[in-house]
Amino acid sequence: MAVAESPPSDPEAPPKVRVGRTPGRLGNRVFQGISTASGIFILIILAAVAIFLLVRAWPALIAAPSAFEDVGFMLGRDLWSWVWPLLFGTAISSVIALVVAVPLSIGIGLFISHYAPRRLAQGLGYLIDLLAAIPSVIFGLWGIQWLQPLVSPLFTWLSTNGATAWLEENVGPTIFTGYQAPARNILTAGLVLAIMILPIITATVREVFLQTPRLHEEASLALGATRWEMIRQAVLPFGRSGVISATMLGLGRALGETMAVLMVLSPGYLINFYLLQPGQHQSIAANIASHFPEASGLGVDALIASGLILFIMTFGVNLIARWIISRRAEFSGAN
Amino acid sequence: MTVTTPPVPVRTTRKLPKWAPVAVLAVSLLLALGIQFLGDGPTIAGVFFIGAILFAILMTVTSRVVEGERWAKDRLATTLVTFAFIIALIPLVSLLWIVVGDGLTRFSWDFLTTDMTGIFGQMVEGGAFHAIIGTVYVTGIASIIAIPLGIFTAIYLVEYGRGPLSRGITVLVDVMTGIPSIVAGLFAFTLFLVIFGPAYKAAVIGGVALAVLMTPVVVRSVEEMLRLVPNELREASYALGVPKWLTIVKVVLRTAIAGITTGVMIAIARVIGETAPLLLTVGIATGVNWDAFDGRIATLPVFVYRQYAQGGASADRAWAGALTLILIVMLLNLIARLVSRYFSPKGVR
Repeated sequence: MAVAESPPSDPEAPPKVRVGRTPGRLGNRVFQGISTASGIFILIILAAVAIFLLVRAWPALIAAPSAFEDVGFMLGRDLWSWVWPLLFGTAISSVIALVVAVPLSIGIGLFISHYAPRRLAQGLGYLIDLLAAIPSVIFGLWGIQWLQPLVSPLFTWLSTNGATAWLEENVGPTIFTGYQAPARNILTAGLVLAIMILPIITATVREVFLQTPRLHEEASLALGATRWEMIRQAVLPFGRSGVISATMLGLGRALGETMAVLMVLSPGYLINFYLLQPGQHQSIAANIASHFPEASGLGVDALIASGLILFIMTFGVNLIARWIISRRAEFSGAN
Repeated sequence: MTVTTPPVPVRTTRKLPKWAPVAVLAVSLLLALGIQFLGDGPTIAGVFFIGAILFAILMTVTSRVVEGERWAKDRLATTLVTFAFIIALIPLVSLLWIVVGDGLTRFSWDFLTTDMTGIFGQMVEGGAFHAIIGTVYVTGIASIIAIPLGIFTAIYLVEYGRGPLSRGITVLVDVMTGIPSIVAGLFAFTLFLVIFGPAYKAAVIGGVALAVLMTPVVVRSVEEMLRLVPNELREASYALGVPKWLTIVKVVLRTAIAGITTGVMIAIARVIGETAPLLLTVGIATGVNWDAFDGRIATLPVFVYRQYAQGGASADRAWAGALTLILIVMLLNLIARLVSRYFSPKGVR
């Protein structure tokens, strides 16, 4: 046995230590080099995205307003008065999506973390994650084929019920005024977006709710709180920043989603709040997708400029969301 | 001297029996059915919609009367939270239902093995073979770029990364997961426009666009897996004199290999259905294009979009294409889950 071997017979002789180079030193260097280079390369890609978009968008950004008159799809507007309605359409569809998706996600997150039987919870989580795996073009098909007929009677009712009619008589047009079937309006597009961002928000919210310290929950229950009171006292305050950042992540996704809006919405370039009328709004991403194939010259530059604006917006939103998450990770003393 | 005993807390309210919610649910569904009969006649959606509202109201009122206000609120919260989950399942189920239902009309072996050469008007022949090949090409190119890049970046972050550079990369990778897919498409388009000129169209452009979207997903999931590898394993390896890079390759990566495979497959499933960037970069073709570096190429998502836009007989092909796409995505997800389930190391925890 190796342990039982006798020490070198001559105590004066130096111990047999290997005195060569450290083994694998070259391998270490190469490996560390490749890894670090990959990390830096990702930063380069991100910078390249911004730089290339800026380079191609530059001609449109500095062009005189009259130069855009030749670009058919811009309807004779200059760059900014063309982008504003698109920005508005992007914002309003995302806001509708958030209004629907955030409360639902909080409910789903609570259901999976605190209500569902523990054995089932993980499987139910997978089910919601499956929604995230479905390609956006299929959500578009689904929105046209299934959701539009379903919401059409609801929209008709919203548009023609007594309260809306009374408001139209006495105050003026409401957001529900003038519904026309089929439901190719911004509200339907927002609903499809809501379903698409649901799994993203739910995933984050669920994780945060699961991290609630057990002691807080048990202390609350021990004081005689019902489950709902426990959630209001322990889980929701703990998860507040998580909910906020999840909302931002969902917003980032909704702002840039293309296919659902492109397929469901009948586009228009106006700024108004008529949620149920077709041909009023359009989002930046869907606008790029619909006009890019036939665009040329300055038109391409203008579309890329709008893409750059979208990139900056989503970058900012995501950065804030991540900042909130990381700040929370540092200061939550509970973990 | 009298000893005062504290009053024994007595619950002044009663609790509803366990079967109460079931009974209330049955009553509300029956009521909903009755209401529908008074109106235009019952529909399944109507019965469940009205029944759900009735259940929420009845349950809360019953609980308020029998159990008191706090418990009524608790019941209401439970009801709403459960409904939220069920509402989220409706799109999933209905989507799968209509995709399978409408997709099966045209889905066949012929559909998978023919392309669209010579198909026009209302012809019902033709298939998605060229689009499947194109999707494999584009996704393959994206994977060749994104998987090594993602894995090495994750290794950097977990094993080497210190200080501001590592923190910066972590934050920016997170932010990169939120890049809109259409922006990635624009980026790939301008990149190749600047390098190769405006006439160049090839699958590789789409591959680059998808790689931009795929890399951060790979980084995140691999990083998570590497962090799960216990430090004791690394230390044991160092103690045996194994150099760091061999420790990473032979101990860390090998321990995490199941998780990494899962993460990579889910990342592939995530980008395989991306439509917008491919719409901008690779366009559509009617036949198979075997050359990844030259010419337009059809891909499955763009095929679905274009066929649906044409309407008529093409819409059926769109649904069959959607079914193909969803089968691929679900298969990738399923295999990924199975891999992580059966091949991950059996740890103590």
